[in-house]
Amino acid sequence: MSSAHDIEALKGKFGDAVTGTIEFRGEQTICVSLSSLHEVLAHAKNELGYDFLLDVASLDHFGEDPRFEMVYELTTLDDSKHLRVKSKVAEDEKVPSATDLWLGADWHEREVYDMMGIGFTDHPNLKRILMWEGYPFHPLRKDFPLAGRPSEMPDVAFSGVAPLAGGPFVTAPGSADVAKREPRSRAMD
Amino acid sequence: MVTDNNSTAHAAYDSKIEGNVIVTRVDAAMNWMRKNSMWPMPMGLACCAIEMMASACSRFDLSRFGMEVMRFSPRQADVMIVSGTVTYKMALAVKRVWDQMPEPKWCIAMGACASSGGMYRSYAVLQGIDQLIPVDVYISGCPPRPEALIAGLMKLQDQVAKEPALANQKKEFFEELSS
Repeated sequence: MSSAHDIEALKGKFGDAVTGTIEFRGEQTICVSLSSLHEVLAHAKNELGYDFLLDVASLDHFGEDPRFEMVYELTTLDDSKHLRVKSKVAEDEKVPSATDLWLGADWHEREVYDMMGIGFTDHPNLKRILMWEGYPFHPLRKDFPLAGRPSEMPDVAFSGVAPLAGGPFVTAPGSADVAKREPRSRAMD
Repeated sequence: MVTDNNSTAHAAYDSKIEGNVIVTRVDAAMNWMRKNSMWPMPMGLACCAIEMMASACSRFDLSRFGMEVMRFSPRQADVMIVSGTVTYKMALAVKRVWDQMPEPKWCIAMGACASSGGMYRSYAVLQGIDQLIPVDVYISGCPPRPEALIAGLMKLQDQVAKEPALANQKKEFFEELSS
């Protein structure tokens, strides 16, 4: 069974919960609603054989509603097929933890919680993994400046603003010439 | 008078001492001892630490300058070599180790990251360890070669040689005398 077949099977089983599928250069992606996300992941693991969770990531579609999106990269141990499961998450919603399916989800979800500020339910140890407990921001959100923001936790840590000298230096996709696509700096709101 | 060996030895005693007496200032003597037995506290935080280890190994051999005794206890160290990227999460730990080192102490910021944050213009990285602790020598490079670290340590030795060591050590005593 290839992952394209699995997508058809998931579509058949979960019906309206599947909000879309994407195929890009042989990569199979299925988008599901948050309420059935955990069921889909459990089905993929137990029935379709995706016994290995490669990665858990999150996206910040700043300005859209729902704002966030969870991304789960599934594969089999013999590397025969890959499946990507995506699910949109609104700012006030929490994601059911996948640690009961794959223990490896533990640290990935902690990283998502730390960097993006998405909460998880039923997670065994949901605390920050990279920044320190008490750091007030979530640095990978789009509205967080690359230079950082000042914070202070006495005896634990402090943070400041890094000098960016007109940056951050960015490049934008498109067909415009390089001078337009790679400005010296882009103002971040 | 019969000369015996013992009396010759006694007669020669004074001249022997005379030839071995060196007149100097206390400052110069203290500084000479300090600069030739600087024990580094290796604060290795990133790739610069690899170069620091290389400088201590046989090819570059820091012990030629009396610095081979890397001390992992801050209480036994004289000079802290901050080698690597200092994140905000690590910053106060570095400060704490520095505070535990006994005076006199010196600090070397090794490499671009420790000196200025380097290429990490980022929310997570302290933009130079000199924001927290006083730095005596900055070493450029990303990472600096072992020769550069040795050059930095020799710069520090020159600096130590010029310090008013006694006045610094007995500061309160001298202040009392002059008041």
